[in-house]
Amino acid sequence: MPAEPTVPGALAEPFPAFGAAQLGRRGRRLPVVSLAIIGVFVLVALFAGALSPADPEAQSLRARFSPPVWDARGTWKHVLGTDRLGRDLLARVIWGARVSLTAGVLTVLLASAFGGAVGLVAGYYRGRVDAVLMRLTDATMSFPVILLALILAVTVGPSFANVVIAIAVILWARYARVVRGQVLTLMELDFIVQARIAGASAWRIITRHLLPNTLNTLVVLITLQIGYVIIVEASLSFLGAGIPPPTPAWGSMIAEGRDFVTSAWWVSFFPGLAILLVVLAFNLLGDWLRDTLDPKLRQL
Amino acid sequence: MIRFVLARLVQSLVALAILTVVVFVLARATGDPLQLILPMSASEEDYANARQYLGLDRPYVEQYFSFVGRALTGDFGNSLRARRPVVELIRDRLPNSLKLAAFAMTASLLMAFPLGVIAAVHKGTAIDRAAQVIAVLGQSLPTFWVAIVLIEVVAGRLQWLPAAGIDGFASYVLPGFTLGWFVVAGMMRLLRSSMLEVLDTEYVKLARVKGVVERRVVWLHELKNALITVVTFAGIYFSILVTTAIVVETVFAWPGLGRLAYEAITSRDFPVIQAVVLTTAAIVALVNLSVDCLYAFIDPRIRYAG
Repeated sequence: MPAEPTVPGALAEPFPAFGAAQLGRRGRRLPVVSLAIIGVFVLVALFAGALSPADPEAQSLRARFSPPVWDARGTWKHVLGTDRLGRDLLARVIWGARVSLTAGVLTVLLASAFGGAVGLVAGYYRGRVDAVLMRLTDATMSFPVILLALILAVTVGPSFANVVIAIAVILWARYARVVRGQVLTLMELDFIVQARIAGASAWRIITRHLLPNTLNTLVVLITLQIGYVIIVEASLSFLGAGIPPPTPAWGSMIAEGRDFVTSAWWVSFFPGLAILLVVLAFNLLGDWLRDTLDPKLRQL
Repeated sequence: MIRFVLARLVQSLVALAILTVVVFVLARATGDPLQLILPMSASEEDYANARQYLGLDRPYVEQYFSFVGRALTGDFGNSLRARRPVVELIRDRLPNSLKLAAFAMTASLLMAFPLGVIAAVHKGTAIDRAAQVIAVLGQSLPTFWVAIVLIEVVAGRLQWLPAAGIDGFASYVLPGFTLGWFVVAGMMRLLRSSMLEVLDTEYVKLARVKGVVERRVVWLHELKNALITVVTFAGIYFSILVTTAIVVETVFAWPGLGRLAYEAITSRDFPVIQAVVLTTAAIVALVNLSVDCLYAFIDPRIRYAG
């Protein structure tokens, strides 16, 4: 067997095309199921208004704890049953998709933009700038995500925006770390050295040369973290520090059903299933992206 | 080596110092704690007295430095809610958390190691795929949902194990399993991929050529080197464990640090919040520091790279 090339794949081809050759070499097929699940949930989130069978916040005490349709006592009126206040669960799961997906995507975009910028600057300037920024990153990383998010959510009051900011405030550190590591390696490569000799400005080198070469990593990390953020957001809502009721959020729906698990298991079950499906799909997609674009990143 | 350790130590201390500022500012920003501890009928005068008594009327900078000074000597003041020294609360709760974490960590390592190694050795077979499924599921299941399902099925319907609190070894099983689940998944994947990487190296091939027994090659030559990667990530897994513990302890009514944090935050108990967060951060920092040192000790390349 010939020896593997010593240059890591991602560096040998700084910005590999998403081509057939690459897919063939890794031998992993497109994760169709994951893409389908994500696609369905995105569509559901986009068209929640048209797809939802009922108003997710409309209460009907007469219809409370109605079981799913396949149960003997279930009706087609409430396909997945109803909760403590007689709200339609299917409608709430559908609207909850919008809340969870938006929270996940927004948080990760915010965190990656900020973390990426910090990583680029730290890696480019090195020296004292790098030291200060990395200490800040370390401090952030040693802070348990949920703990700070809880404090922030309680501090500024629970709301959608606060949850997103609270999680992003912690999450950026991972991006900063990974991007800085890559930039440090890139800075030693000829094309950056030549750009500097040619008199390119710091801004130009960072945006035109360094950023495009870290995009692969960013995309992989973003995909892998969307699932994680959805779980953290749900955990916060579950602990009562997330998106406040009556807005349907999957985490708080599980919390609401918690006391009735014995008599009405469906209230907690369906939002949990929704979280599981979405997170699973994002994780599998992220795995595939990593194996395809950037195999060196396997630990993320 | 000593220089490396010292440098890392200073870094950890700086990180902790930044944290004290953040924690202080955040705790002060959570609103007026007096509204929670004083009765509804309290007058303006009562508020003023209480504020003076608790030292909340002094300038923030002064409050901060007195906080840091006392924190260094282990004095975090009194809990506003429980009206007991915070140190006592932590002393009561911390061992419970550590015991649960130790149980979860041991259980997950015992599961992750055989699974990861076997999956790598039998790469591409049904065993490997089953292990992968377990791993991906572990990283996708929301902890609190698993907890609720376990409480309902194992503790509720089957009545096999207790659902809440600490009462003998049996009560460790459900929270420990819930807590360790995520770590098992991550650890196993990590071990599998680093095993596969080691599989291709020259010294493993040499061991085979020499005629070393296959079992020895796998468990000694390969695993030993795959472990380096696992050690690197032990710190990250530990902080994930700490984070997950807050949720797990809350759901299982486990009298640990995580539950204390949750209670303190919901009742705006400043001194407790500060103490819990700093204790947690200090433990995480200590673990990271020891992991880094261990790593540098195992792998000399790190020491010189600085």
